[in-house]
Amino acid sequence: MKRRPLKRPSAWSRHALLGLGGIIVGLMSIGAVLAPWVAPFDPNFINVDALLLPPSWAHPMGTDALGRDVFSRILFGGRVSLWVGFVAVGIATSIGLALGLVSGYFGRIVDEIIMRGVDVMLCFPSFFLILAVIAFLEPSLTNIMIVIGLTGWMGVARLVRAETLTIRERDYVLAARAAGAGPGRIIFRHILPNAIAPVLVSATLGVAGAILTESSLSFLGLGVQPPDASWGNMLLEGKEVLGIAWWLSVFPGLAILFTVLGYNLLGEALRDLLDPRLKQ
Amino acid sequence: MAQVLKRILIKLLWVGVVFLGITVISFWVIHLAPGSPTDLQTTLNPEAGMEARAQLEKLYGLDQPLHIQYARWLKRLVQLDFGQSMSGDHRQVWDKIKERLPLTFGMNMASLVLTLLIAVPMGVASAWWRGGAFDRVSTVIVFIGFAMPGFWLALLLMLWLGINWPILPISGLTSLGFDSMGTGGKIWDVTKHLILPIFIYTSGSWAGMSRFMRSSMLEVLRQDYIMTARAKGLPSHVVLFKHALRNALMPVITILGLSIPALIGGSVIIESIFALPGLGQLFYQAVMSRDYPLIMGSLVLGAVLTLIGNLLADVGYGLADPRIRIGQGSSR
Repeated sequence: MKRRPLKRPSAWSRHALLGLGGIIVGLMSIGAVLAPWVAPFDPNFINVDALLLPPSWAHPMGTDALGRDVFSRILFGGRVSLWVGFVAVGIATSIGLALGLVSGYFGRIVDEIIMRGVDVMLCFPSFFLILAVIAFLEPSLTNIMIVIGLTGWMGVARLVRAETLTIRERDYVLAARAAGAGPGRIIFRHILPNAIAPVLVSATLGVAGAILTESSLSFLGLGVQPPDASWGNMLLEGKEVLGIAWWLSVFPGLAILFTVLGYNLLGEALRDLLDPRLKQ
Repeated sequence: MAQVLKRILIKLLWVGVVFLGITVISFWVIHLAPGSPTDLQTTLNPEAGMEARAQLEKLYGLDQPLHIQYARWLKRLVQLDFGQSMSGDHRQVWDKIKERLPLTFGMNMASLVLTLLIAVPMGVASAWWRGGAFDRVSTVIVFIGFAMPGFWLALLLMLWLGINWPILPISGLTSLGFDSMGTGGKIWDVTKHLILPIFIYTSGSWAGMSRFMRSSMLEVLRQDYIMTARAKGLPSHVVLFKHALRNALMPVITILGLSIPALIGGSVIIESIFALPGLGQLFYQAVMSRDYPLIMGSLVLGAVLTLIGNLLADVGYGLADPRIRIGQGSSR
């Protein structure tokens, strides 16, 4: 089929996106992992002689209402974000991958049940569902990660199902089946490796979403509990002194913005690189 | 005609199944707490004591087997009987929710209109001049819009427009002395209070919508009938508005339906930040005070509203797309 040739984004701009996303994500990750060694102060050290100091050489991002160093707390908050992002997305992706493969491969009644389950879960405003579950359990890092993961698998499931449906009909799968391979072997050896690219993209974008959700929860006081630092609960503390200490409301927000931007850029660039339909 | 009827029947069946699914998940959430909800309630909140325990046990029939509990709960649910709130006023949950709905609904509608007004022209222009300067700049803005946490933007705007350069109110729905204002004054006062919240709502959805519009438009521009229209020598504005835009707008109807849960979820944060008495704030207060009947009522209602929204979007899509209207299109 002949199509009007479309201008593709140049290789340069694609690599630039990938590079920029990679640099942001890399820096944020290094900062988070190395926080205990590179942070200039103990993030929970209360210093009554340094309350609400504006940014300076000693405290590049100022201090908070308890005299704690904001820069150190942002580094440690990055650990929370990174951890939540990866664990929540790990849970969501595992569930989505398993259900999507089963749904797409076996079809019929199994498919029908799983896909109606997806429809049901998509009806819940996920933030309502997360808050309701947190209200019944206790707000803690573990619970948040699990709940975000449990409410975020539907997209992956649909994606993997669609991929499985097309891959299932390919000649090499038919050949494998003709050669007597069982469903387990076909799914894991032939379908899964070929369906993994879009999952990788959606997982990368999912990390960004999970980080945003965690910071929203913490901002509402229902996420990571003080004195542990998270970008969301730092903003909550910043809100109390909004008029007198702008740095408390600006820097943690910038951290969220850049991290989410980084993962989104990385995800989009991966999509461009991995999608064979775009590659020609 | 028979096909259309069949389609409608299948759709109704789907709605019934999904509704039952919603109630099952909600019912499961109630029983999620270790032990029973009454144990949790009484250990966390000792002053609630025996009265609340008795009330909850009665409400959920917790002494009954699970399937009977569920059947009873479902029966009350379809009659919009969510039980009594456990907060001090002991009012019916449905009454409390009902009075909060108009504000949240109104703000969501206003922001949807605003979102479309921004996102559609932006996405269309990006796709039409793909790779051009406008496309590049708007792509950058869209990426930043995607990554911007709404509550942080709200904080910054409160700082700038509420504190540093106070031109807009940042809390509540009305000013002091609202009752003594004339009708025009009242409308202006409420409007002023809603500008920032609606702006924040919109900031959460325009980026995705504009991106979606762009790819929908690109998809349409790739079609053969666009090439035909161009080949006929039609002026580009005719191709753009008559052939391309109409078709590209169709999927937006579905996306509008799909964006409802995010809007309802977003109302929690926005209404808490700006102290607006809507459904989101009610839900947040219910979560903070562990007012279980109210939490469950809002949760089920939020999901059902989404279901209705999806259904409306489906019907709208059917009405807009002749292929579906006369019943030849592929099923969903």
